[in-house]
Amino acid sequence: MSGDRTIPVLALACLLLLVAAALAPQWLVFLLALALAKGLVVLGLVLLMRAGLVSFGQGLYFGLGAYAAALLANRGGLDDAALMIVAGTGCAAALAAILGLLLARYREIFFAMLSLAFSMILYGALVKSSALGSTDGFNLHAREFAGFALAGGTERRLFFAASVVLVFGLVWLLHRYLASHWGRLSVAIRDNELRVEYLGASVYRVVYANYVAAGALAGMGGAFAALAVGHVDPETAYWTTSGEFVFIAILGGTGNVLAPFLSAAIFEGLRTVANQYAPNVWQMSLGLAMLAIIMFLPGGLWTLVRRRSAA
Amino acid sequence: MSPLLVASGLQKSFGAVTAAADVSLAFERESVTSLIGANGAGKTTFLNMVTGYLRPDRGSIRFEGRELIGRSPREITGLGICRSFQIPQLFHSLSVRENLLVAEGIAAAEHAEEETEAVLARFGLAEYGAQPAGLLPEGVRKLLDVALALVARPKVLLLDEPTSGVAADEKFGIMDLVMGAVRGQGVTVLFVEHDMDIVSRYAARVVAFYDGRVIADGAPGAVLEDAEVRRYVIGQEAHAAP
Repeated sequence: MSGDRTIPVLALACLLLLVAAALAPQWLVFLLALALAKGLVVLGLVLLMRAGLVSFGQGLYFGLGAYAAALLANRGGLDDAALMIVAGTGCAAALAAILGLLLARYREIFFAMLSLAFSMILYGALVKSSALGSTDGFNLHAREFAGFALAGGTERRLFFAASVVLVFGLVWLLHRYLASHWGRLSVAIRDNELRVEYLGASVYRVVYANYVAAGALAGMGGAFAALAVGHVDPETAYWTTSGEFVFIAILGGTGNVLAPFLSAAIFEGLRTVANQYAPNVWQMSLGLAMLAIIMFLPGGLWTLVRRRSAA
Repeated sequence: MSPLLVASGLQKSFGAVTAAADVSLAFERESVTSLIGANGAGKTTFLNMVTGYLRPDRGSIRFEGRELIGRSPREITGLGICRSFQIPQLFHSLSVRENLLVAEGIAAAEHAEEETEAVLARFGLAEYGAQPAGLLPEGVRKLLDVALALVARPKVLLLDEPTSGVAADEKFGIMDLVMGAVRGQGVTVLFVEHDMDIVSRYAARVVAFYDGRVIADGAPGAVLEDAEVRRYVIGQEAHAAP
């Protein structure tokens, strides 16, 4: 077919990030770690978008994952990064498995708004709970990764390298999933639910599975973000955070599993630069970038990559 | 042997419009039946009730001894009743090949790739294999829609106007391909059709609908000569050609 080179590109990207983990300056490692975390959330969103659904509430699972990981360390006394990530992912997946029962029945604007509503409930609860630091959130205590403390230079690099391997393993799995019958079925659902039912498949089940997977990925992203930043606050569940994920998804496009990460890295890079040089027009430049993408690259930035490899 | 599909006493109205007024029909295994009638006579409503899209107000539909009423389209598909649509229902952003692969995947076919190539060849779709379904000419869309319905190897195939919207000189070609594909597969075929040449060429039995009722049922020669059919079905059809 179109000569899918995703696997070699995936391996190359993984290698480059591992090199970056060893050699890049600390600020860049931080930026990339954050991009990796957000890329995971967006990857889940892409899974939903393949089936034609846009969630404006992934902040719910991002925030939940972040808080679950942070609370496990601060209150539960288990401050191993790997356990924190499992906790964040697990909590988000469990909640998505419950809410998904309802949300998988809705489509389009109703799905988008209902998911947003749920995320705002969590936001409201977090803001009101003084035990969790209310609007300020709280800092994570010193955390460990396989026996190393995670604060200083080398440990952070080591942790980043391990996350890169883990995340890319997941990305590879998702790539396989999207290329399989189930991935194709998601697109079929986006195109024509009636036909899918009349061929004998349950649209509800596929949407539900995608929703739970997207929730789990967002929870994992939230845990990664909490570990990278060392702080959690209700903003993680706020609707603008959810909107940011949608923004990154559209910026990158849904064409490939790597697009969310490329897009998230560009987004975080842009924000870093803009914060430094043009803090007041940062949102405006984002808006202009989105306008340009929608007008010239409706398939997202990934279209550029595809065009290059096609040439 | 008892009939494969038995509908009895079906009633369905939409407000003041009666789409089915006491329809009772039975279909034998491997028979080919055409349903004719003017627009609004109740042909598609009948197909929609058999496939679970509409629930009749009263009556029963039994298939291999099982009651179909109350089951979802998905369950009924699973029992072996598949359909095509008057307006082809395709996955427009996927290629023709991928459309078939989706159907093969749902049917849990073991050799999905090979099966798909075989279907492409059988329906003369090979040259369109890589084209997105959204960009196909109408005749090809119709064929693909039928091909999708046949992937699961149904026992009953329902075709809703398989040749409507297709140029007159392509109609027989399409029907030849469709009938060729089901021949020898043990499939019972019901097709809704407006073109009487198609009806008399391909159907062994014709059921004529008028105003939600069956007004004639029998061999094509007899039904198409029936006075009521000539008046209510064919008379109007002459002006309703697409």
